[in-house]
Amino acid sequence: MDSIITETVWTQVGSIDDIPVLGSRVVRTPGGDIALFRTAADEVFALEDACPHKQGPLSQGIVHGRRVTCPLHNWVIELATGEAVAPDEGRTGHVPVRVEGRSVSIALGEAKLSRGGCRKACGHV
Amino acid sequence: MHLSSNNGPVVELNEAELRSAGPAKERLVVVGNGMAGMKTVEELLAKAPGRFDVTVFGAEPHPNYNRIMLSPVLAGEKTFDQIVLNSREWYDANGITLLTGEPVEGIDRAAKTVVSQSGRVVPYDKLLIATGSMPFIIPVPGSTLPGVIGFRDLADVDAMLAAAAKGGRAVVIGGGLLGLEAANGLRVKGMDVTVVHLMPTLMERQLDPSAGMLLQRELERRGIEVLTGADTAEIVGDEWVSAVRLKDGRELPADIVVMAVGIRPNMALGKAAGLDCGRGIRVDDQMRTSDPSIYAVGECVEHRGVTWGLVAPLFEMAKVLAHDLAGGEGAAYTGSVTSTKLKVTGVDVFSAGDFSGGEGTEDIVFRDAARGVYKRLVLKDGKLLGAVLYGDTKDGAWYFSLLKDGADVSAERDTMIFGQGFGGADAGDPNAAIAALPDSAEICGCNGVCKGTIVKAITEKGLTSLDEVKAHTKASASCGGCSGTVERLLAVTLGDGFTAAPKVKPMCKCTHHTHDAVRAAIVEHGLKTMAEVFQAMEWTTPDGCASCRPALNYYLLCAWPGEYRDDYQSRYINERAHANIQKDGTYSVVPRMWGGLTNAAELRAIADVVDKFNIPTVKVTGGQRIDLFGVKKEDLPAVWADLNAAGMVSGHAYAKGLRTVKTCVGSEWCRFGTQDSTGLGVKLERMTWGTWTPHKVKLAVSGCPRNCAEATIKDLGVVCIDSGYELHVGGNGGLHVRACDLLVRVATEEEVLEYTGAFMQLYREEARYLERTAPWVERVGLDHIKAALVDDPERRRALNARFLFSQTFSQDDPWAERAAKGVDRHEFNLLAEVG
Repeated sequence: MDSIITETVWTQVGSIDDIPVLGSRVVRTPGGDIALFRTAADEVFALEDACPHKQGPLSQGIVHGRRVTCPLHNWVIELATGEAVAPDEGRTGHVPVRVEGRSVSIALGEAKLSRGGCRKACGHV
Repeated sequence: MHLSSNNGPVVELNEAELRSAGPAKERLVVVGNGMAGMKTVEELLAKAPGRFDVTVFGAEPHPNYNRIMLSPVLAGEKTFDQIVLNSREWYDANGITLLTGEPVEGIDRAAKTVVSQSGRVVPYDKLLIATGSMPFIIPVPGSTLPGVIGFRDLADVDAMLAAAAKGGRAVVIGGGLLGLEAANGLRVKGMDVTVVHLMPTLMERQLDPSAGMLLQRELERRGIEVLTGADTAEIVGDEWVSAVRLKDGRELPADIVVMAVGIRPNMALGKAAGLDCGRGIRVDDQMRTSDPSIYAVGECVEHRGVTWGLVAPLFEMAKVLAHDLAGGEGAAYTGSVTSTKLKVTGVDVFSAGDFSGGEGTEDIVFRDAARGVYKRLVLKDGKLLGAVLYGDTKDGAWYFSLLKDGADVSAERDTMIFGQGFGGADAGDPNAAIAALPDSAEICGCNGVCKGTIVKAITEKGLTSLDEVKAHTKASASCGGCSGTVERLLAVTLGDGFTAAPKVKPMCKCTHHTHDAVRAAIVEHGLKTMAEVFQAMEWTTPDGCASCRPALNYYLLCAWPGEYRDDYQSRYINERAHANIQKDGTYSVVPRMWGGLTNAAELRAIADVVDKFNIPTVKVTGGQRIDLFGVKKEDLPAVWADLNAAGMVSGHAYAKGLRTVKTCVGSEWCRFGTQDSTGLGVKLERMTWGTWTPHKVKLAVSGCPRNCAEATIKDLGVVCIDSGYELHVGGNGGLHVRACDLLVRVATEEEVLEYTGAFMQLYREEARYLERTAPWVERVGLDHIKAALVDDPERRRALNARFLFSQTFSQDDPWAERAAKGVDRHEFNLLAEVG
């Protein structure tokens, strides 16, 4: 094995019951706000709380299926990947989440954040 | 280790970092926010994103719209919203500075700046002039009288619609494309219309005399009078037009005159700046003017001695220019072969190329008088030179592609008049012709999209509808003339997988049912929760989407007052947080001021809140209330608590509900006031506040017909008169301004309140979610509303009773619940703070 395997550091942030079903709560970190979403099937996902389009707070959007619709201009973002749903293009950062019992933890060290800007077609670099 | 589904780079630079890292961007200033200028910008963004800092000046107050679709707007087949090409959000998203309602007055070529009417000076590295054209007004006596209208922009359409609303007679001067579309629109809107045309037949530049005669007969069948060979001598009138006098002495009475005899390139700006001008601003094959820093595209230019007035050439110019600006080489605009189509519903007319005949040309003509079909093809040296089709235009695209390609048609000569695929195994199959087209065949002339591009998008991106093809390829996104062809292309490509668009749209992608069908089912089948609706109406998603859930939440709330439990997570953030989210994620709040009244204690409390929470902006709204901007979300409960303590409650400025009741001072102070308009406004607001409606609702009460509260552009407006009250409904002061319709005159305040409650309830029960009263009234018709409210007193009382019943459940102040009782506290607190 060439790669160096390090242990993932999980930070406990609360109980799944603190997040409304089909809703979201915010965790504040030094690197910016992280939005935690809970689906109808009790899955929990974490995304950087900024839409790739105009940095709208995704935590304030409407959650449906495994997606959230941004409250500012209705972009739809995949909770699992942070990817914008076509025909829009762009990606917001996502953070690994672990649910043990009712306890929710996130792995900030593993976060794939992408502060600011949308990468592709909209031309807004 | 982790897996990422993303293929892009992991490290991202933000906007500021990119800007500081790279060289300064070139500044591109575009004068003209029309189709040619913005097409150039769109192409440029696609080819070289971020290369330019773009500033766009538009003389009109609107975002950029599809000018060629103004005729359907006039005819009432489309709304202005439907023809907007790029919304303001699009400009924002692409970092473009858009200055609307701001014509440019001059260019300083030495300093490389433009100056606008308002005195704004903007420097440029590259300047693009795309000022389009102006309608040509024949300088006969009376041509400047009020009531003489050109047909060029939305303001002209609004002027025509306003005139048509009063009925009467219209004279349209000019029997070309625009004139006939204007005539048809005004006729559809109920006016008596006469078309005055100088030439012997209509549309003589596009149609030969035979087709022109057929067209005239069809228009006359629709009740439009057509006078050909008619020369206008004078427009008659004192303060407003009253008639058009012809040179042969005939006088045609007219309440409006539409002048549509042609357009003139709008080159004033270029000329004043000393650019080389002829009939338009002269440009070379790269769209450069005589100043190498200045370009021009569209109807304002003269290229190789020719000026253009159709959309396809403008778009071809735009593509060449964008290529050039993006640093590409080798692109050149060499002129266009064009086709035209008349946008009059039910009249199929197509023409392309040159059909004037002449030496060495041969004509192939097909007539079927019984079917009203006429086709003429002009050939020269085995090639197609021109085509005129009337009554059956389905082969237009095929002929046009043969013509543009200069294809040798000798082999098809004998049968080509019968259309593509004639005599083959697939004869009679309307899709066969499409299937047989080569990939290079152009389907969308406006946007230059070929068959191959569309088929590729359909198969690779899994597109299944016309709307999706529009979104991904831009085909059919301009004039829409090729939408039938695109749908056939979908059918051919997808086979059984394609079903043509249904007439009425489903409410969202989660269902094939319409808003109306879902509402009806909720009441008929007693569906009382969202889950029951999903089950009974076979939703295709487990929990709906951001579009259907708020609608269903409202429909259930309206159908089962006091019984249905509001679904918090199906509301937009504004309604969840009871404040308006702003672009930076902060919120604004508006305390209610009944009827627009306030007092020192309330103002003092507001001032204290502003100081205490460092609120950066305080603004008076259009509805006479005070808006506090820039409040942090976590501060909202405390802000509300302080405002509540001073006796103020939520103004619902965020709600799809009653916003404000605007008033004037009326008889209490005003020397003209006939009734107590302020007092009535307070009563109306006390009765209607807190209600949930399909969209926001604004009321107003004016104390006299001077109408200081602007009551006749509100959802419901009361105008006080000596003998009582006039009730007006269905007005809107938004993007598409609509004046109210007069519903009824009543004598007492009690009647005003009863009518208001009944109107609100009818709107609540019948309109689709997010449909304001103006489009709702237009859709169902004023007669429908009068029948329910005016002609049927029993129904009016029942509606009002249902409204008042529903109000017993909704008049709780949401601020108090959250500030004092801690309702939904989680909404305003962080889950955790880490690191």
